[in-house]
Amino acid sequence: MNESVAAENLKTMPLDIEQIRRDFPILHQQVNGKPLVYLDNAATAQKPHQVIETVAAYYRLDNANVHRGVHTLSQRATDAYEGAREKVKTFLNAASEQEIVFVRGATEGINLVAQSFGRESLQAGDEILITEMEHHSNIVPWQMLCEQTGATLKYVSINDAGELNLEEFDRLLTDKTRIVALVHISNALGTINPVEAIIRKAHAVGARVLLDGAQAAPHIAVDVQALDCDFYVLSGHKLFAPTGIGVLYGKQSLLESMPPYQGGGDMIKMVSMKKTLYNDLPYKFEAGTPHISGAIGLGAAIDYLNNIGLDRIQQYEHELLEYGSRVLAGIDDLTIKGTAAKKTSILSFVLKGIHPHDIGTILDNEGIAIRAGHHCAMPIMERFGLPATARASLAFYNTREEIDRLAAAIIKCREIFN
Amino acid sequence: MFDLQDLYQEVIVDHNRSPRNFGKLETANHVLEGFNPLCGDRLTLYVETDGDIIRNISFDGSGCAISVASASLMTEALKGKHMDEARRLFNEFHDLLTKDNDIDLDTYGKLAALAGVRAYPSRVKCATLCWHTLNAVLQGEQTPVSTE
Ligand SMILES: Cc1ncc(COP(=O)(O)O)c(C=O)c1O
Repeated sequence: MNESVAAENLKTMPLDIEQIRRDFPILHQQVNGKPLVYLDNAATAQKPHQVIETVAAYYRLDNANVHRGVHTLSQRATDAYEGAREKVKTFLNAASEQEIVFVRGATEGINLVAQSFGRESLQAGDEILITEMEHHSNIVPWQMLCEQTGATLKYVSINDAGELNLEEFDRLLTDKTRIVALVHISNALGTINPVEAIIRKAHAVGARVLLDGAQAAPHIAVDVQALDCDFYVLSGHKLFAPTGIGVLYGKQSLLESMPPYQGGGDMIKMVSMKKTLYNDLPYKFEAGTPHISGAIGLGAAIDYLNNIGLDRIQQYEHELLEYGSRVLAGIDDLTIKGTAAKKTSILSFVLKGIHPHDIGTILDNEGIAIRAGHHCAMPIMERFGLPATARASLAFYNTREEIDRLAAAIIKCREIFN
Repeated sequence: MFDLQDLYQEVIVDHNRSPRNFGKLETANHVLEGFNPLCGDRLTLYVETDGDIIRNISFDGSGCAISVASASLMTEALKGKHMDEARRLFNEFHDLLTKDNDIDLDTYGKLAALAGVRAYPSRVKCATLCWHTLNAVLQGEQTPVSTE
């Protein structure tokens, strides 16, 4: 068998979860006397030792500032940092590295677009269209922009399953709409939005589209050229990489036309006392010393994911989600919130008569980490008339046995309160 | 490790299931809201005073078992009490949840059921929300109370 056939076979083989779990050192510990079950991956994902080691090796061997030294370490640091950018470019299938801007995370990416692109191009009477299922990071920057420019913010509502009301989207999208910003995959409900159709329609009225991919990039393959989105943001820490690093993808022509977001070192070509010549893309948007080790760690995380294959990950997570949905649906008085036909590995639920925070505490006592609260998406909670939900969010290192432990612990909640 | 039964004692489960003094109090002359922005707990406290005496007190809103039970127990403990006594209880309750030693649980009556919260730092705010709201009423404040 030649090597490429072997590689192809490997890509269709089921995941070896035991092997994968060995890559994540943090998973092998006891919490409150029980083996840890980590089901809070939508908040932040755990890091494989390939990422941890890459970051540590960078500090042990190569640490220096980038883009400014003639010395060897600086060259190595620059090569590694720019190498990571190239990996992100390939991962998202961007047309060029110049379209990949390193930022702190999805939040900073959205703020950058709002304050640079939005502030420059919007005026009173213009409209920004978002949805009821946005994370606060894709609401507040647009509210701020509306205050600054006099533009109006509109929201597309969602149905009981947690899917966008597309007829309403069609109604709200007009030639006044300048920006459409929405979540690719919802962090509170798991819904995968039909972004291709939305982007096509938005472009037809001349609007620009930003996708919040914080929850999509870890679970499905993203191709920004096929999507034809104008901006795409993601957070490294949800993608098995360090905190404090994220990516803004923007179409080159747009990024070129946009003013800088912050001023400082690295984003300039030449500074005199009178005038400054801004640097080329993507450096125009990377003022100051960047999070070098974070970017390198993100590159390592992308290598790790590519080795496993996002298709296989998606397949495995889909089966796990189906199993989890079935098991949880079998528990009395439990209701799953977010039942979109197309969704990823999020199980948001409520238990009759038991507040999500009490569920969170009882589960923690069983060594199970979930999130309880509004998930930084208060408009969704308002939509469903709930103060909070409990949320188990899965990753490819989770197992059916862990779902079974989750179910047993939920049943224990009912015993305590009944 | 801490035993869950210490947190969710019978008294707490009972007061969560059937909170006492729950609902709007039409005769209240002080009404104040309290929020816990982190978890979305929100309650409204209704207090009817007669001079320095808390004649009647009730609450409504939504929250976790700890915050509901705490508010229920608090209203029970305060009905008919002098405001000075309420202030004293506020301080004592605060000590109960934040100080490790030198607490004589016997002096707390039913409120002692909340002592288990001490072992769960992330839940202390749930138990103290109603008390902070009460404290604001006692100080004559009008603006909603937030635990952040
Ligand atoms: C859908 C979504 N968007 C944006 C964010 C914000 O990401 P960060 O806090 O990493 O900037 C999150 C994080 O929870 C998210 O789930």
